[in-house]
Amino acid sequence: MDFSYSEEQRMLQDSISKFISQDYDWDSRQTIAKSDAGFSTEHWQLFAELGWLTVPFKEEDGGFGGSAIDLIVMMEEFGKGLLVEPFLANTILAGTVLTEAANEEQKSTLLAPMMEGKLQLAFAYAEPQSRYEAANVQCSAEATGDQLVINGHKAVVLNGEAADKLLVSVRTSNATTARDGISLIWVDANAEGVRRKSYANVDGQRAADIWFDNVTVPTANLLGETGAAIDVIEMAIDKAALAVCAEAVGAMQVSLMKTVEYSKIRKQFKVTLSTFQALQHRMANMFIELEQAKSILLMAAMEMDRLDNRAAKALSAAKSRIGKAARLIGQESIQIHGGIGVTDELDVGHYFKRLTAIQFSFGSTDYHTARFANA
Amino acid sequence: MNINFSAEELAFQTEVREFLAAEFPADIRNKLANGAQMEKDDYVRWQKILANKGWAAANWPVEYGGTGWSSTQKYIFANELGAVGAPDVVPFGIKMVSPVIYTYGNEEQKERFLPDTLASNIWWAQGYSEPNAGSDLASLKTTAVREGDEYIVNGTKTWTTWAQYADWIFCLVRTGGPEIKNQNAISFLLIDMKTPGITVSPIYLLDGDPEVNEVHFDKVRVPAANLIGEEGKGWTYAKILLTHERTSIANVPHSKKYLASLKAKAAKTSDGGPENTLSENPAWKQKVANVEIELLALEYTELRALAAVSTGKAPGPESSILKIKGTEIQQTLNELDVELAGYYSLPFVREQFAEDFDGVAIGPDQAAASAPRYFNNRKATIYGGSNEVQLNIICKAVLGL
Repeated sequence: MDFSYSEEQRMLQDSISKFISQDYDWDSRQTIAKSDAGFSTEHWQLFAELGWLTVPFKEEDGGFGGSAIDLIVMMEEFGKGLLVEPFLANTILAGTVLTEAANEEQKSTLLAPMMEGKLQLAFAYAEPQSRYEAANVQCSAEATGDQLVINGHKAVVLNGEAADKLLVSVRTSNATTARDGISLIWVDANAEGVRRKSYANVDGQRAADIWFDNVTVPTANLLGETGAAIDVIEMAIDKAALAVCAEAVGAMQVSLMKTVEYSKIRKQFKVTLSTFQALQHRMANMFIELEQAKSILLMAAMEMDRLDNRAAKALSAAKSRIGKAARLIGQESIQIHGGIGVTDELDVGHYFKRLTAIQFSFGSTDYHTARFANA
Repeated sequence: MNINFSAEELAFQTEVREFLAAEFPADIRNKLANGAQMEKDDYVRWQKILANKGWAAANWPVEYGGTGWSSTQKYIFANELGAVGAPDVVPFGIKMVSPVIYTYGNEEQKERFLPDTLASNIWWAQGYSEPNAGSDLASLKTTAVREGDEYIVNGTKTWTTWAQYADWIFCLVRTGGPEIKNQNAISFLLIDMKTPGITVSPIYLLDGDPEVNEVHFDKVRVPAANLIGEEGKGWTYAKILLTHERTSIANVPHSKKYLASLKAKAAKTSDGGPENTLSENPAWKQKVANVEIELLALEYTELRALAAVSTGKAPGPESSILKIKGTEIQQTLNELDVELAGYYSLPFVREQFAEDFDGVAIGPDQAAASAPRYFNNRKATIYGGSNEVQLNIICKAVLGL
C-alpha cells in the first residue's frame, strides 16, 4: 500500500501547475474561451511538444504508458485552471477508442497525428434519446458492397466543432437498446452528408450536434470487430468519467480556496464574513466534501489500474460521490460570495458552471448511484 | 501509488485470520450476533486473549509491550477484527490513558500502571465531562486542592462510561485558582475508585441501559504521586489524547460489517409484495448505495491519514473528518436497521437478548434491538467532541477562519 506520487508524477504535476499559474491566468482563459475556436491552438501545440498528449497511451502505440493515477494527476491540475483545450475529447475519449479498437494502420492515420497535435478528433456516441446508456444507439450503418451508409443524429459531441475526424458509434444490427450490434467507425468530419451545428457549452467548452445523412464510408474505416463495440465504448466513457472526477477535485479545491479567502476580506455588519459561524461551518463542510472526493478518486484510479480499466463499480462510486461534492461546493461557493458570486465577471461562478457540467457528463450522479447499487 | 499488500502483509493478514478463527470465543461471538451486549467479564476475557498474543496494544511503543506494527498492519488488524465482529479493546485504558502515561508519566507511574493495563487487570474510566462542561470541556469545575502529599478532590464527573466496573479513573481537575486562565489551571490526575468519598450513580440511556454514570467526589484524598506530568499541563496532555480518540471513533471496519449484515437481512426480508424483497426496493437500494459509497470514501480518507502518520506526521485535523463522517455513517446504518425491522422495530423486549432466554422471541432476529441501538447511538455525534466542535476545529486548524 503506497499513497505517494512517483517522481515522474510529481514532475508532471509541477509542469502543468506551472503552465496554469504562468500562462493560464483568469483573463487569458476567458479570452481563449470566448475566441472563435474556443481554445488556443498555440497551447495545444505546446501540450504536444511537452508530451502531455501522449501520457495516457501505451508505449507500443507511441505513448508514455501512463496509468490512471497519471491521468488524475494531470486532470486535477487542468481542473484548477478550468482548462478549455480539448484534452478530454482527444486523448481520453477518442484516444481510448483508438488504443482499444483500432488496427495498426488506423492508429498511424489517427492516433499518431493526434498525439503530435496535428489532428483533432471527437468521439460521437450520445444521441438525443440515449441519455447515459451508451448501448442506446439508433444511428445506423448499412452495408452496401464494401461501403457503409450512415444515417442518424449524435448529440453534444465534445470537440465536434474542431474535429477533423469523427469516431462514431453506429448500429449495424439488432434493436436500438441491444448491447450487441453496435460498431465503431471513423468518418471524415467534412465528408458529404455530415452536417454539424456547433455551439459553446455552459462551461465554455465547445461541442456540436452532428447529423449523418447517407454518409458513405469504406468498411475499412470500421474500428474493431463489427457489432461488438459496446465494451470499448463504455470503457472510453468510464475513463472520461474518471478524468472529469479528477478535474472536479481540482476545480473544487480552487473554488473552496477562493471562497475562504473572500470570506476573510468581505465585511458585512462591520466584521468579515469569516467570523460568522453559520458560514464557517458551511466552509468546513465544503472541506470535508473535498477530502471525501479526493479519497474516492484515489480509490477509483487505483482500482482502474489494478483491474486494467474495467472497474465500473469503483468508478460509479467515485462519480456518484464526487458529483455530490461538486454540487455542494459549487453551490456553497456562490452562496458565501453573495451577489458577486452570480456575476459573469467573477471566476467562482465559472467554476460552478464547470462543476455542474461535470455532474451531467458521462453519467449523472443518480445514474452512477444506481449503477453502483446494481453492480 | 497502489493499494496492494506486500507478501509480508498478506502473511500477516492470514496470521490474524487464523488467530481470530481459533481464539475469538464462540460464546461472545454468538452473544453479539444475537444483539446482546458484552459484559465486563467478556471484555476482560477477550482482552487477556489479545494480551497473551501480544496484540492488545496496537498503538503502544514496543518497549512498553506494544506491537510495533506499521500503519498498514494496524489497518489490516482492525479490518479483520471488524470482519468477524470481534470488538476492539475498551478504549479508556489501552488507547486513552496509557499514551498519556507513557508519554508524560514518570518511571514509577509507568511501572505501576502500564503492565496491569495491558493485561486488563485494571479497568479504567474516563473522568472528563461534567454536568456543566460538555463540549466546552475546559470550563470544568472539579477541584483538586493540594494538602501536603495529597490532593483533595471535590466535584462531579458525568457520562462516565462503565464507571460501575472501573478500578481507576483518569480525571481532568482544576488545580489553579480562578486567576489562572481556564486551560492552564487543569491537571491530569489518576484516582483509585476505591478511595473513600467516591459515589457512582447510574444514568439510564434511551435503550434502558445504565451504560454511563455520574461520579461524585466528596473530599476524596488522592496521593500527589498520582499527578501525571506537571500541574496545569493536563489540558495539553488531554488534547493529544483526544486526537487519538477521534480516529478510533470512525470505526470503519465495524460499519462495513454492519452494512453487510443489513444488506444480507434485506435480501431475506419481504417488501410486502408477492415476490419482492426489501433489497429490491428502489428507495432502500438508493439509501444503501449512498451510505456504502460514503463509507468507501471514508475508508480511503482513513488510509490517507494512516499513510500521513506513517511518514511521520501527527494525526491532524483530518481526525475531525473521520469523527464526523464515521459517526454520521454509523447513525445512518442504525436508521436503516430500524427501517428494516418495520413493525417489529416497536416492541421493547430486552429480556430476549439475554443468553439464557428460552421464551418466545418477538419478531425476527435482532429486530427488537434495532430501535434501542438507534436511540442509544444518537450519542455518537455528541461524544468525543460534538460534530459541531469538530467543524470548529476544521475552521480553525485548516481553513484559518
